[in-house]
Amino acid sequence: MARSVIRTVSLLGFVLFWTIAAWINGDPSVLPSPADLVRPFLSELASGELLYHLGVTVARVIAAFCLAMSIGTVLGLLMGTNPELDQWLDPWLVVFLNLPALVLIVLCYLWIGLNETAAIMAVTLNKIPNVTTIIREGARALDPDLKAMAQVFRMRRPVYLRHVILPQLAPFITGAARSGMAVIWKIVLVVEFLGRSNGIGFQIHLYFQLFDVAMVLVYSLSFIGFMLVVEWLLLQPAERRVRAWRLA
Amino acid sequence: MIQVDIKSKAFGRTQVLKDVAFMLKPGECLAILGKSGVGKSTLLRLVAGIDTDFEGTVQRPEAMAFVFQEPTLLPWRSALDNLLLVHPDLSEVGARESLRKVGLWDKADQFPGQLSLGQQRRLALARAFAGKPELLILDEPFVSLDEKTAAEMVALTRDLMNEVGPATLFVTHEREEARQLADRTLELAGTPATVVPNVVHPVFHKGEVK
Repeated sequence: MARSVIRTVSLLGFVLFWTIAAWINGDPSVLPSPADLVRPFLSELASGELLYHLGVTVARVIAAFCLAMSIGTVLGLLMGTNPELDQWLDPWLVVFLNLPALVLIVLCYLWIGLNETAAIMAVTLNKIPNVTTIIREGARALDPDLKAMAQVFRMRRPVYLRHVILPQLAPFITGAARSGMAVIWKIVLVVEFLGRSNGIGFQIHLYFQLFDVAMVLVYSLSFIGFMLVVEWLLLQPAERRVRAWRLA
Repeated sequence: MIQVDIKSKAFGRTQVLKDVAFMLKPGECLAILGKSGVGKSTLLRLVAGIDTDFEGTVQRPEAMAFVFQEPTLLPWRSALDNLLLVHPDLSEVGARESLRKVGLWDKADQFPGQLSLGQQRRLALARAFAGKPELLILDEPFVSLDEKTAAEMVALTRDLMNEVGPATLFVTHEREEARQLADRTLELAGTPATVVPNVVHPVFHKGEVK
């Protein structure tokens, strides 16, 4: 069966499971069925609220994602190729890896203030150690023979990075990006929940206080939907392109 | 002129090379013989400047090429790009011409993984000669090929050497290969390995074997 057919059937199965669960439960204020969400979803869409908060959250996710990926990749590459630096930085990495996201968020808000800088920084700091760890593994596995080849033929640095290093790191970078996307948007929601006045996380906070389960679901599902689209339209095609030489 | 004067090379406490010195005139081909594990590849890496941790001096030209035991290609780039990326001054026409010379003109768009080992070796050879090197270093470039393919590779290498005329340093443990390519030989033996004295280094004439 084609990839997209399986995907659709699988998702429909989930909706069916949810509908049955809601029907057994019988109380829409506790677990509304998917059909119950259509009206609130449309009204939020029409008022522009949903798109506004979605946009704000997406902007934060993109900012934190780009920062964490670039800083984490550079750090991972340096640590993976330089054992001495690795020994010095590894304890820091372990500390940050094991620092709970919540602690970093609270500290950033306390030290920097309840502002956008603190929010983005908290998310970025949470994600960098993950990216670094994954990329470091990739950098340790770099082929020494290709390095020697590039050295003898005096390949220029930018060409070397782009055509020798990057392709070897590609599976690790896509791996870090995949898990990064998923983790980052969850942390962004917590950051918004705790200290921002807009975004999906803020809306969930609002409707949590109003005990409005339907609206909580509308907002979180909108974002999940958005992430699925990103995954299918951006990440997976990008990964296929990068892996083309393996399949040829 | 290439001048190699290695006093000592050690890995940790184990000394592997001691007093290896030789000169190489432009266009000359020197074969280095010796048992496997004696330190021939180590010597080549010192001469090429891949490994700089040794006592002694090496004078080498800027334009170098190395043919490794493994083809050492970029598996994620096409055969053509494998030449173009390594030699930025090479035109696409020039790169295709290089591929044609090694019989790979129709494989320009294939990835190395789609080529046979013999073809990958020839691509590595094309890459080495495409940069018109003044010093060419070959590290057992014909091992693990069947006899016929190896013979073809030797002939091909000889043609390219005659055309480009680099000073060539060539490691092998096949005397026959050395006979066909080298002007003179140098034998390494012992621990730490050093040049074997009192060995008559036979002078070959490349033209002799045809």
